[in-house]
Amino acid sequence: MSEGCWIDAALTAARPQAVGALLRYFRNLDIAEEAFQEACLRALKNWQTNGPPRDPTAWLIFVGRNSAIDGVRRQAKQQPLPPEELLSDLGDRETAIAEKIDNSDYRDDILRLLFICCHPDLPATQQIPLALRIVSGLSVRQIARAFLVSESAMEQRITRAKSRIGSGDVPFETPGPVERSERLAVVAAMVYLIFNEGYSAGGHEQQARFPLCDEAIRLGRLLLRLFPAEPEIMGLTALLLLQSARSAARFDADGAVILLEDQDRRLWNSKMIAEGLALIDKAMRHRSPGPYQIQAAIAALHARAARAEDTDWTEIDLLYAALERLTPSPVVTLNRAVAVAKVKGPEAALALIEPLEERLSGYFHFFGVKGGLLMKVGRTKEAREAFNHAISLANTAAEAAHIRMHLDRLAEG
Amino acid sequence: MLYAIFCYNPEDVVGAWTKEEDDAVMERLGKVQDKLREQGRLGPVARLLPTTAATTLRKGRDEPIIIDGPFAETKEQLLGFYIIECASLEEAIDTAKDLAVANPGTGSYEIRPVSIFRPGVDLT
Repeated sequence: MSEGCWIDAALTAARPQAVGALLRYFRNLDIAEEAFQEACLRALKNWQTNGPPRDPTAWLIFVGRNSAIDGVRRQAKQQPLPPEELLSDLGDRETAIAEKIDNSDYRDDILRLLFICCHPDLPATQQIPLALRIVSGLSVRQIARAFLVSESAMEQRITRAKSRIGSGDVPFETPGPVERSERLAVVAAMVYLIFNEGYSAGGHEQQARFPLCDEAIRLGRLLLRLFPAEPEIMGLTALLLLQSARSAARFDADGAVILLEDQDRRLWNSKMIAEGLALIDKAMRHRSPGPYQIQAAIAALHARAARAEDTDWTEIDLLYAALERLTPSPVVTLNRAVAVAKVKGPEAALALIEPLEERLSGYFHFFGVKGGLLMKVGRTKEAREAFNHAISLANTAAEAAHIRMHLDRLAEG
Repeated sequence: MLYAIFCYNPEDVVGAWTKEEDDAVMERLGKVQDKLREQGRLGPVARLLPTTAATTLRKGRDEPIIIDGPFAETKEQLLGFYIIECASLEEAIDTAKDLAVANPGTGSYEIRPVSIFRPGVDLT
């Protein structure tokens, strides 16, 4: 790490808390962001010579707030109607901020910041870039690269998202326990979306998009620090870590998908697996299962198997059955079918997925799984049909390449 | 005399390092460790997972209480430690300074003389 890199890391780490607090004071996202930028500029100059302050986040909030108040006052002199309310509201906060900053305030500040990015009027394609920009502090260029669009297009998308959420209906009151847990659930879902944006990318795109996975893990850990006893947040973070741990083994040199059972497990990231397993172990102690925990528990069973043939498919089948009960969905049943095929054979799995075809008629993975099962029971012609259908629905070149490999095998056999 | 050097740092800052930065820090710390090893002064070294992975058991009741998270809520978290042979406190401080040069910026090292040391079995 070169000189000054630690400052970048410290600024990135402080960002959610600092922008969240500034948003609470100014109740305006643009002012809060500008205030934080200004504080960062001063930090770059000041910290280089003086070293890091004892509490970098409090320093940034304090400096950002003061510089923005100066800005508001300067503007107020030029405008006929001074925002008196805004300034007096801040006065009450003056002592509070100079003192040690209240942890519960912080928690709600960060949650609010993430929550406004999940505004129901925003489509996911805008929510995610907005969160990455405002909460994670990624540059527009970095986000544009991850979404494979031009910088100006991404700039527009973020500006549009910001103007759509406005500041009018941002909830600034301290949330009650029920509302807080509802917000947490919405935010957790967005963090998972961010992860999937990165994780579902094909082999060649993966490098550009993978930073989204790291960012989602960072947000997961952040939520966990705010809510250390929430089993679903443990489950979510564990799930992200355990899936991400496999990333180096998921694609071959040509960018084609390598299935879990064919992956070189030595390439899995053991540090991430250790952290993921520790989190799911902690979560299970709460005896309060939820969808993230169950998915993480499934990923943990894969991570614990030294070889593919050591995988505990019976337990995975049971976990998918539990997931089906909690969140019934044809996609979950389809995933369960893979486990059922291992435990009870391909015929049983085919019977399980047959009723799903209508609802999953546009779903690539359905026809991939169906083709694989038909191939195993020797129904070659139907398998070929299913594979061809899958290729027509493939989302990435890597997916299509993987299915073509099966077709080649069928042709040889 | 044996000293423990405990590494404290805000874990959200360490978590914001890019992989390249993390690797570079580890490489520079590795060189400090190599030097200590050559001098026959390096004992066990550990880097810990984030405190979000921690669990705390609080004693004092019939049934101890299990709490999610680290023992103490602090601005800087215990992220790792070294056990090192040092002739004096001065030498221990010099060693910590070498570590600080290799890993500059935020954080602190707590230097604590060791009372009892049992290396146990080689776990690596």
